[in-house]
Parts: sequence; C-alpha cells; structure tokens
Amino acid sequence: MEVDIRLPAPRGRLAAKEDDEITLVTPGDVITSDTGFMRGHGTVMEDDSLKSTVAGVVERVNKLISVRPLKARYTGEIGDVIVGRVIEVGSRRWKVDVHAKLDAVLMLSSVNLPGGELRRRSEEDERMMRKYLQEGDVISAEVQNVMSDGTLSLHTRSLKYGKLGQGVLVPVPPSLVKRRKTHFHTLPCGVKIILGNNGYIWLTPTVTESNTGGYEVDLSPVSRGDREEMARLRNCVLALAEQKMLLYDTSIMYAYEESLKFESKVLLKSEVASEIAELAQQRLEHEGYK
Amino acid sequence: MVDVNLSEAEKTFIVHGIQDNFREDGRSNEEYRQMDLETGLMSNTSGSARLRLANTEILVGVKAELEEPKPEKPDVGRLEFFVDCSANAAPEFEGRGGEELATEMMNLLYRAYSASTVLDVSSLCLQSGKLCWVLYVDVLLLECGGNLFDAASIAVKAALFNTKIPSVKVRQEEGEETELEVSDDPYDVRRLDVSAAPTVLTLSKIGHNHIVDASQKEEACCLARLMMAVTASGSVTATVKEGRGSLDPDSITEMMQVGKRVGKAVNEKLLETLKEEEQKGLKRKTVGFLR
Repeated sequence: MEVDIRLPAPRGRLAAKEDDEITLVTPGDVITSDTGFMRGHGTVMEDDSLKSTVAGVVERVNKLISVRPLKARYTGEIGDVIVGRVIEVGSRRWKVDVHAKLDAVLMLSSVNLPGGELRRRSEEDERMMRKYLQEGDVISAEVQNVMSDGTLSLHTRSLKYGKLGQGVLVPVPPSLVKRRKTHFHTLPCGVKIILGNNGYIWLTPTVTESNTGGYEVDLSPVSRGDREEMARLRNCVLALAEQKMLLYDTSIMYAYEESLKFESKVLLKSEVASEIAELAQQRLEHEGYK
Repeated sequence: MVDVNLSEAEKTFIVHGIQDNFREDGRSNEEYRQMDLETGLMSNTSGSARLRLANTEILVGVKAELEEPKPEKPDVGRLEFFVDCSANAAPEFEGRGGEELATEMMNLLYRAYSASTVLDVSSLCLQSGKLCWVLYVDVLLLECGGNLFDAASIAVKAALFNTKIPSVKVRQEEGEETELEVSDDPYDVRRLDVSAAPTVLTLSKIGHNHIVDASQKEEACCLARLMMAVTASGSVTATVKEGRGSLDPDSITEMMQVGKRVGKAVNEKLLETLKEEEQKGLKRKTVGFLR
C-alpha cells in the first residue's frame, strides 16, 4: 500500500507538430474581420468580425468558416457506431444516454427481437421491454436518423449491436475518436474494444461473447489475466485521451505495447501516462501515421 | 451521493474484480489514486487548498474572524464548517439538491474535529469569554469522481495547515475598552499545528470485501460504508456508518484495522507533501485550475 499525494505539475501538452494548416482559437478570439465569409457552427458575428464561441480548430470550406470544438458533447451523424446507456424505458422506446445534448431514442421497432425473429411488435413485446433492456444497461447501436431537433434515433438491427455484458465503459471526449471503417476491434491481447463515435469506449473480454442477439448476459467471473489486460487498456485509453491524441486501434495498440514495461496500476500516475502517450505518438509518427 | 446507474453485468464485473483484489483500474483493494494538492492559491482567504483525486476536485478556504466565544466554552476558539456542493459538479446538486450530502459532510467534519486532542483550540482564544478566533472552513465541491469525504477532509487539513492568522495583541487597561493591536508586519502570523488533525477514510464494503478510495462506479456497487476520521498516530476520532446495507461486528473491526493503517499512511504522506510545498516557498508558481 502506497499513498501518493503530490504537488500539481503544470500539465503540458505533448509538443504539437508545427503545422500551419491548423488554427486553434478560444472563445472570443477574432477569426477574421473580413466580411466576405459565412458564419458557421461555433462562430458569432460581432462588431463586424467573426469570433469563435468555442475552443477548437478553425475549419474552412470555401466561404464557410466554422470552429470544431475540442471538448463538446457529441453531435451525431447517420451511420455512427455508438455506445450508450439506457436511462429510461418508455412506451415503445428506450431513452439512451449517448453524451449528446439530448438523449437518444431507441424504438422498440428498431431492435432485433431475441432469437432474431422478424415480425411486428405486439403488445406482449411492449410489456417485455424491461426484460430486453432495463435502466443502466449498456448497449452498442448505430445512428439510424438525426431528427430535426438533433435527437438521435438509434437501431440495433444487426447481430453486432445490442446489449453489452461485463466490461468497462471509459468516457473520453467524442472528438478524439477517429472515424474508421470499423469501430469494433478484437485486440491481440484478448480484449474486445468498441470505440463509440460518441466518445464512450467499451472494453470487454472476448470470452463473454455469446451470439444470442445480446439478450443473455454471461455473469461468470472474468479471469485475472483478462482483467489485467482490460485495466491496462483502460489506463492506456485514458492516457491517450489526457494528451488529446486520436483514438483508434493502432494508437491504442501502440500505447498498450509501450505500457507493457509498467504494472497496469502505475499507468494511473500522470507522468507515466504522459510518457506512454508520448512514446505512442513517436511510434505513430515513425510508422507514418498521421 | 451522486450515483451512476450501472448495469447488472458491470456491477458483477466490479464485484468479482474486488474479490480478486484487482480493481477496474488495476489498483488493489487498499490503494489510493494519485492526489494533486496545492495550498495558498486564494489570496482573499487566511488559508486555502485545492485537491484533485482522479476526477474529484475540492477547493477549501479558511477565513479567520474575531468573535465572541460560545458562552458554554469561554476559553476556546472554534472551527465552523460549511460545505457547498456546486451544481457544476453534478446537475442533481442544483437548487437544494446537494444539501443532504453537504450536511452529511459537515456533520462528519464537525465530529472529526470535535475531539480536544486534534487541534489546540484554546490557543485561538484571545480573551476569555470575550474574544476568540473563529475559523470558518468553507469546502466547495467542484467535481465528483468518487470518494468525496476523504478528499474533502484531506483538503481541509491542508487548508488548515496553510492558514495564517495575524498576530494580535489584546490590551486592556482599567475601566477602558479592550484595544486590539494588529502587527504591522504581514509576515508576523501564527500557524496552526495540524499534526494531530484527522483525515477521513472511507471503507466501502462491496461483496464480501472492503476497499479504500472507491471510484464513482464502485460507490454505485457499495451497500454499506464505514467512514472514520483517523489521525497520524492512528487514533480514530469519529466513525460513521452510511448506506442501507448492514455490517457485522467482525468485519467492522477488520475494516477499522485497515482504516487505521491506510489513514496513518495518508496523513504521513500529506504532511510530507505540505512540508515539501512550504519549503519551495514563494518561488513556487501556483498552478490553480489551468491545466
């Protein structure tokens, strides 16, 4: 047992690469005083100049200027893979927390029934809703539609989506999750990872996987070895997120490999975490990832 | 407590992990997370401290005021605690939402500091029955990441360590009003001896085991917890049992043993850090909330 109380170190970002394409702004910063531009998200027109309302990266498409915030709630797009937590069971729908401004909805008609049956949802199904998913359950799903007010409508009509069993949910800023072709990965260390576009990352041991459409959850104890790998990965993901590095399978695996020389709990210490993030970044640069 | 709603499977995972003495983040059952501590960051207080324990952020300010002692205790000064749960920490604290937690925390702090051995309150009295220092300790909860009580008490102790009370001389001549003479030198201050002050240690019972420094998720799995105020010498000045679950006497004794051991270590490390910070003196730059 060891207690670690320390003085705060000013936490520096890893030295950012010199890149003249990127302009970082904070709220109130003047982006341009040229009036020929159009006002996009995250900006406001004030005193004849375009100012930022969020802290983030300036993006320009022709005449449209917008600022993409570094740390913000998730704004969904159709087709995104998300991980969310059921917070309410309503009539014919579940409300799901997806770290967006509004709670997402999962309609009863957009889930697979147990056993993959295809039929109209009856009143019986409606009464059974809490049996399928109850408050607190974690699910993976896909964004089916974005409504006019920004509410996301989800669906789980594929065997890869559905209720998630034993595992760890790690929340990170949504902007750090890199958009890839696939967000489901089985890492070589025996852990399955789901990188939700909404910034919720789910880690689960591969053994608990069962193909019942995700309605039956395996509650048998997870082996110590799997636990250690999961704790290590969890801490690696948080270390990368702390240094604002993009999260995808390669960056996580590199951080994982660099972390192997430490015990997994040592990764909680801020200096070790930043060292690992730095080593992972060096390796990514070396291998030509950008 | 601020609760997160976990699924059955997640709870099972956490409980089995604790059985295995290997928690979600790789810690064993008796390990603390890293704490960042800083004192003296608010110039408008007599003493202040900021503590960050993983995601828990606490700010404590101590303000010394001259007041009349309580009639039943004319020869001692006193400490007054106040806890404020900011709605920034959790939306449920909005309005009066945080009051229950705040009262609970306040009561525990009062009880922890009620023992006469922990702090020499008689030295705070300037004139018996007429004038004494009252230390208003304000705790502000800025972010919740589990284990709030421990974090708050550690921050309180650090802020008391940092507290500087101006030296005041009381003069009273026959038949005249009392006159106070405050030293002109701003560095002529009195410090409190906090070496015997307690910190709170919470042991959460999860499954059949108990853990220290529970994260927010672990708190959601916990049915009963024992909070104890432990001093550096290992003596316990207050205990409170919280939660719906029951604890059997054997496990309470066991938890007390663990609590004393860990509490001693926390206190020792805390004083060490505070002394280290003091040695750096004015050269140290305050970090504050800019990260």
